[in-house]
Amino acid sequence: MTEITDSPRSYVYLDHAATSPLRPEARDAMSKYGDVMYANPSGSHRFAREARQVIDEARDVVAEVIGCRPGEVIFTSGGTEGANAAVLGATRRTGGTAVCGATEHHAVLHCVEHIGGTVVPVTSAGSVDPDVMRAVLTDLDNVAVVSVMAVNNETGAISDLEHISHAVRRQAPDALFHTDAVQAACWIDLRTVWAHVDCLTLSAHKFGGPKGMGIMVLREGATLEPLILGGGQERDRRSGTHNVAGIVGTSIALSLTDKNRKTEVARLGKLRDQLISGITSRIECATATLAPGTGTAGTAHVCLENLESESLLYLLDEANVCVSAASACASGAMEPSHVLAAMGVSRGRIKGSLRFSLGHTTTESDVSAAIDATIAAAARLGAVTS
Amino acid sequence: MKVLLAMSGGVDSSAAALVLRDQGHDVVGVTMRLWGGESDTGCCSVSDVDDARRVAQQVGIDHLVFNFSEEFNEHVVEPYVASHVQGTTPNPCIECNRHLKFDKLIERGRALGFDAVATGHHARVIDVDGTLRLARGADAAKDQSYVVHMLSAEDLAYVMFPVGHMQKSDVRELATTGGLRTAAKPDSQDVCFIGSTIGRAGFLEPRLTFNSAAVVDATGTQVGEVPAVELVTLGQRRGLGLGGGDKRYVVAVDVPLRRVVVGDESELFISHTSIGTLSWPYSTDVSTISSHEILVQGSAHGERSAGTITVTGDTAVIAWSRPTRRISPGQTVVFYDSTDMVVLGGGIVTE
Repeated sequence: MTEITDSPRSYVYLDHAATSPLRPEARDAMSKYGDVMYANPSGSHRFAREARQVIDEARDVVAEVIGCRPGEVIFTSGGTEGANAAVLGATRRTGGTAVCGATEHHAVLHCVEHIGGTVVPVTSAGSVDPDVMRAVLTDLDNVAVVSVMAVNNETGAISDLEHISHAVRRQAPDALFHTDAVQAACWIDLRTVWAHVDCLTLSAHKFGGPKGMGIMVLREGATLEPLILGGGQERDRRSGTHNVAGIVGTSIALSLTDKNRKTEVARLGKLRDQLISGITSRIECATATLAPGTGTAGTAHVCLENLESESLLYLLDEANVCVSAASACASGAMEPSHVLAAMGVSRGRIKGSLRFSLGHTTTESDVSAAIDATIAAAARLGAVTS
Repeated sequence: MKVLLAMSGGVDSSAAALVLRDQGHDVVGVTMRLWGGESDTGCCSVSDVDDARRVAQQVGIDHLVFNFSEEFNEHVVEPYVASHVQGTTPNPCIECNRHLKFDKLIERGRALGFDAVATGHHARVIDVDGTLRLARGADAAKDQSYVVHMLSAEDLAYVMFPVGHMQKSDVRELATTGGLRTAAKPDSQDVCFIGSTIGRAGFLEPRLTFNSAAVVDATGTQVGEVPAVELVTLGQRRGLGLGGGDKRYVVAVDVPLRRVVVGDESELFISHTSIGTLSWPYSTDVSTISSHEILVQGSAHGERSAGTITVTGDTAVIAWSRPTRRISPGQTVVFYDSTDMVVLGGGIVTE
């Protein structure tokens, strides 16, 4: 295996929306429970019961953060599984169709497209207009699931789930209302998200938990055709041996995220504003993608018109600054952003888009280093800078 | 030097990475994602990117992926389809080299501060009387100077062909010794964006309308029919609905008029060929070439034929030294000096 030579701290890491470093508290608990609590929680002996208790306690912790009942929490392998289980599980259960917004993550969008569902356009602010959702649903019969993300993964745009839920309840009362809340966990009180939906999915590594873990919260009474069949470990809603250490790490990371959220939103919101104004005030072709004061505190999305993201990313990478543009395809190539295209952003701006995403390890010096490196990269590529 | 190496995931660019590294260069490998659609061959598939990345890791160089699929579609795929509609021969590999591997990648390389762009082509850059010129690769059977003939003197000063001086067998041996997983990978043969299962007709079918056409002889009498005149090529013998009888060859294809003319093989041999869209990449003094005998190559690994070229502005006529098999309109021809080693220029056949 490759030796790890560089300390990750030598990087200016501003790609938390892609993944956030594991919180030390989660890592310590995982290492402890992974070593010691190796029994299969579905077993009948006392060792198994001890492991089962660890999971039950973790489930209580998650339920408290979401504001749901413990029985409504299902542990999954991640955000993608959760999205697939919600969209495909609902349509397979009723034979109905699926509806989602045009800026959804591919984990939702590709499921909806796969079953021939309906994609709802978004506003130039990057979110679904509740009136548009109402109009679309009025024309559709037999809708099994409506899926609208709580926070967009590229821009940080926040959806008005309250009013969209009103549209769904009125026009498609039998539909399951799902939200991909993967990018919301660090920035929005999940209790206020859960209040409007029937199903909410999360990915642990976006809030400092382990990769390969996720949470689906499914309102009691709602049923889905399970995506993964087998031993029925998660009350027949999901099968597969429980990942005890992963579940513990997930619950600890989520609990810390919830506890620190208010102070982190205030701290990182300021840094996000510094980042955006530092870049847009000193690079002539740079603009913020979202209007000031909208979007979550963690995302600084900018477009450097007519520069090329790939070149910017290369130069930032050379300066040890880790950021991203849009999503990458299987080859690792950057795909033109479907999110910005759906928002009606011009081609020239889409080409030069950059996403800086902040998180629990981000410092003020990260932000100033990123501003300097971005200005240097833009200047090198011919942009007018000051 | 800081070198940006185009890595297709094939053995040549893999070996080029080893050569450049061992020469002490600071190398960054890049795989260009060109074709956005489905294909199982060529330099575009995800498994080829995987190969390139793994080779870069083994060689110990950085590896990036650039997405040039929009430019590839515009400069290579769309013209490829348009050529079939017009009834001319497309040159997708040449257009890809012109617009992507060189234009676009050189622009990127310069913008990002690289001192050179390298590829795994079998071609060489040589110094002729103080001027950089493009020459054939050392392995005559693998020479690719034809497909990179458009490089200008300025380009040649920036471009490196690290395996151009090597025999293909030595390239494979180097990759094998280096433990690279691409060492035994077959050479790519076909148009990279057309999967082997769908073929040319399957690729074109959703992109253009096929038209049936009458097959006629020299007197204009209909002797057969083809379902898709867009797919007929000069010199073709089969699939013309002719039944038995003497061997007859396609000697002319007129796609707009939907007409295919067949005749005797001798009718495929001609004495003159007209060329347009001339390129003289080295500010060549054309008068030293005009009216002289040169060697002309009409396809990627085709034979060369001797002829005397007469240049008039942007067009030229080649008077072949011996009757020569006709080259389809649209096809690129490349001119070599009398030693058959140095590229002089090129053009596109007009008739």
